[in-house]
Formats: sequence, C-alpha cells, structure tokens
Amino acid sequence: MKDISRRKLIIRGLAATAGVSGLGVAARIAQRYGLIPPDHGGIYGFGETLTYASQRLLTRHSLAREFSRSQISKRPLANEMPPLNEAFKRLQAGGFADWRLSIDGMVDRPASFSLAKLKSYPSRSQITMVQCEEGWSYIAEWIGVPLSHVLDVVGTHPQARYVVYFSIDPDWWESMDMADALHPQTFLTYGMDGAELPVGNGGPLRMRLPRQLGYKSVKFITHLTVTDSLKKFGKGLGSASPEGGYAWYAGI
Amino acid sequence: MAGLGSVQVSLGASAPSSGSAVPATTVASRHSTLVRVTHWIITLCFFALLVTGAEILISHPRFYWGETGNVLTTPLFQLPIPSSRALVPTGYGYVLPDQNGWSRYLHFQAAWIAVLTGLLYGISSFFTGHFRKNLLPGKADLSWRTFSSSIAKHLRFERPGEAEAWSYNVLQRLTYLFVIFVLFPLVIWTGLAMSPGFVSAVPSAVTVFGGQQSARTIHFFVSLALVLFLFVHVVMVCVAGFRSRMRAMITGRAGTDTERT
Repeated sequence: MKDISRRKLIIRGLAATAGVSGLGVAARIAQRYGLIPPDHGGIYGFGETLTYASQRLLTRHSLAREFSRSQISKRPLANEMPPLNEAFKRLQAGGFADWRLSIDGMVDRPASFSLAKLKSYPSRSQITMVQCEEGWSYIAEWIGVPLSHVLDVVGTHPQARYVVYFSIDPDWWESMDMADALHPQTFLTYGMDGAELPVGNGGPLRMRLPRQLGYKSVKFITHLTVTDSLKKFGKGLGSASPEGGYAWYAGI
Repeated sequence: MAGLGSVQVSLGASAPSSGSAVPATTVASRHSTLVRVTHWIITLCFFALLVTGAEILISHPRFYWGETGNVLTTPLFQLPIPSSRALVPTGYGYVLPDQNGWSRYLHFQAAWIAVLTGLLYGISSFFTGHFRKNLLPGKADLSWRTFSSSIAKHLRFERPGEAEAWSYNVLQRLTYLFVIFVLFPLVIWTGLAMSPGFVSAVPSAVTVFGGQQSARTIHFFVSLALVLFLFVHVVMVCVAGFRSRMRAMITGRAGTDTERT
C-alpha cells in the first residue's frame, strides 16, 4: 500500500511539474514570438490563444492546399451580402475606373493605387478553396497580386506587426499578422476563373487568405493600414469579427 | 492479471456477506482519482461540444461528399430542420437565431480541454497499466461463451452482479476501448481536417478522407456514434444502479445500493 502511494505521488509530482513548467515555457515563447491573438481576453481566450499559438508554430510557412483546374466549382457561390452602399454604386457605374486602394501607417511611402496600377504588377493565380464558417465551400481560381509585393512597393517598417484592411462598407474590416500578410498566397484579388472578379464574389478587389475561413477574405477592399498594435482600431479586439462575436484568427 | 487478483481481494473485503457495515478505509478505490477527474472533465467538454456542434450545424444542415459543397451543389443528404442562415433552402418559412460566434469559440475551447485531458488520461493510463488491467479483455473473456452470455445479459437488462461493481465485463471493455481508441481519435482528426490552417501544414489529414466536406460528414456521423454511446452508457449505469455507479465515479467507493439500506 505504501509503495503504491509513493509511486502515485511521484507520478503526480512529475505530471504537475511538467504541467507547470510546460505552461511557463509556453507563456515565454508566446510573449517572445507574438503568439497571443488580439481577442485573447474573456472566457474563450484560453482556447483562442492555444489555437493561434499552435497554428503559428505549425503553419507559419505552410501553403494552403491548391487544386487542379478540373476541381474548380462550376458555379462559385456568391454569398448573401448586405446591400452595397452609394459610394460603391457610384464607382460601379464608372466601371470601377476610379477605385482606389490606399495604404498608410507604418510604411515609408504611403500611396494610393488604381486597379490598373495593381494589375500592372506581376500577376499570380491560385486554385484554392473558400471555406465558410457555416460549413459550405467552393473552389475557384483566384487571380491577383500578392499582398507582399504591394507592401514591398510602399516599404513596411521593420516593427510592423499587423495589416488592417478595410472594405468600402465601413462596418467591414479585418486584420492579419505579418505571417499572413507576407504569405505567398495572400492576394489582393481582382480576377476569378479567368475573368474579372464578379461583384458577388468581392469584385473589383478582394483580400484572399486561403489559410483562413472565408470571413477573413474581406470584399471590396479600399484601404490598408500597417501597424504595430491593434489597440487603436475599433474596440481593440483586432477586427470587426470579434466585435460581432467571431474569432479574430480563423485558421481554426 | 495481477490487477484482477487485487480486485478480487478488495471484493472479498467489501462483500457485505456478514451484513455488518464495511469500513470504507479498507476498500480500494473502484476508479483511480485520475480516471474520475478526467471522466467528469471530458463529460463537461462533451456536452459543450455537443450543444455548440449542433448550433454550428444548423447554420448549414446539409452534408456533402468530396472536397466542396454548397447550396448550389447536390447534397449527400439534408437534415429536415430549419437553419440559422437565410442562404439555406430548408422549406421552413423562418430562420433561427444565429449563435455561431460563441458556439465556435466554445466548441474549440472545449475541444482543446477535452484533447489535453484525453492526452493526460491516455498517457498516464499507459504508465499505470489502466488500459492493460481494466480495459483490455482477458483471454478467458474473449471466448464465445463469455461473449454471448454477456450479450444475453445486456439484452435482458439484467442487473450486473457484485463482481461487475469492481470490474468491467467484456462488452464494456471492448466498447470503452473502441470509444477511446477509435471514436475520439476519429472525431478529433476529422475536426482538424476541416481546419484550413491545420491542413495547410498537414494536407494528408484531409486527403485521406477524400476531401474537406467528406471529413465534415464523417465528423457528424462519429459525433452521432458518440451520442449513441453516451445514451447506452447512461442507460447501463441506470440498469446497474445509478446511485452506486455515480458514487463509484465521483468518490471512488464501489458497492451496491443494498449496502446502504
């Protein structure tokens, strides 16, 4: 009986020590490498932090799955959307010739780009999946310029940690960390399946992050801000999603 | 078989044959502290996962096979329930309130706690010999006679004898092993297979299922299997004696209800 309890005691002691030191090490790594998501507060912060931190350790450089041309969905689904505002309709009437993407914040050369300017940069395409948090999905070919290229043009400061991106709809804005912003598959997308990007799918300009759920791929992009902190944006939770009750990081 | 031996010793000590009260201090625990604590943590997580899973499901109660699926493609099947999103043609004239935000937060948080608790249980159980001693059926158990008599007893809803208050019968052992080593790993795996971030690092996690929508469909059926297990588990606990079995899993003290009267 004494032997058993001693063995149990040793096992429990080892488990507790491993647990405590594991947590300590994890916290230190998280602090150093920025593994804490902006919506880490509140009762779900524990799960969110674990998800974001482990994904950043596992997926920092991984590529979203790409598919063959034959796997492209015949009818890519245009999701339900709030009605488009007057500013959008005006630009749409002009064939989006006056559409502008402005970039400011921690950059050397703040700039405003026309669609024609964006299309003059090296064009890339990817056949990737859009996955909605509701459960449905489709595969399409996305054509655009890698965000990293445009960030190079404006020259981001070394202390930049996030890119905040805004839709023409003022209630619709998101942000991503630099691992995603510099990721080769993160595109400013203007084409789809060999044609112009349809308005229903986010045309004329949509941010595409194929390693995260669809709601991070914000439609109708007009403005980017490069920053080292998300505290000043909205309620400081990182984007409109956590303010509406959804996770900031949607790589799951 | 050393474990079985010690079980029989304790059984002898606790058998209320004399009719006198048995001092609790001489009785070994029916379930170790680790088993009891992890059991109830997993129970809480399971309920959280079940409620939030159902909540996420109603935002798109359609299932597909292969990589993709949406309201423009033919589903494998559609549940005859209303949806929390107007996008889905359900045939119902109304849309349920959308609760996906907190449901998703809680689903993944509960999944983390369940997985970490499960790992703690699994790893320590290998070291303590819990799987070998308490869950792996003995050679004698695997004979057709024991097997069929166990099935017959279950079918008659026969109240298990004193021995089974201390040790699992062969059907229990096989069911628990199946749940621990097949259903739980599969539900975690199919869950991860739906994560666009995770599969970017481990693409084979989803391709083995034939696609992301296939993984979602399998996730749903494995969850159903776990719910079925939970239902049978609770019915069996009631058949065996709700109070005694609950007491054993909460305090560790075994014995039958008659012991108390």
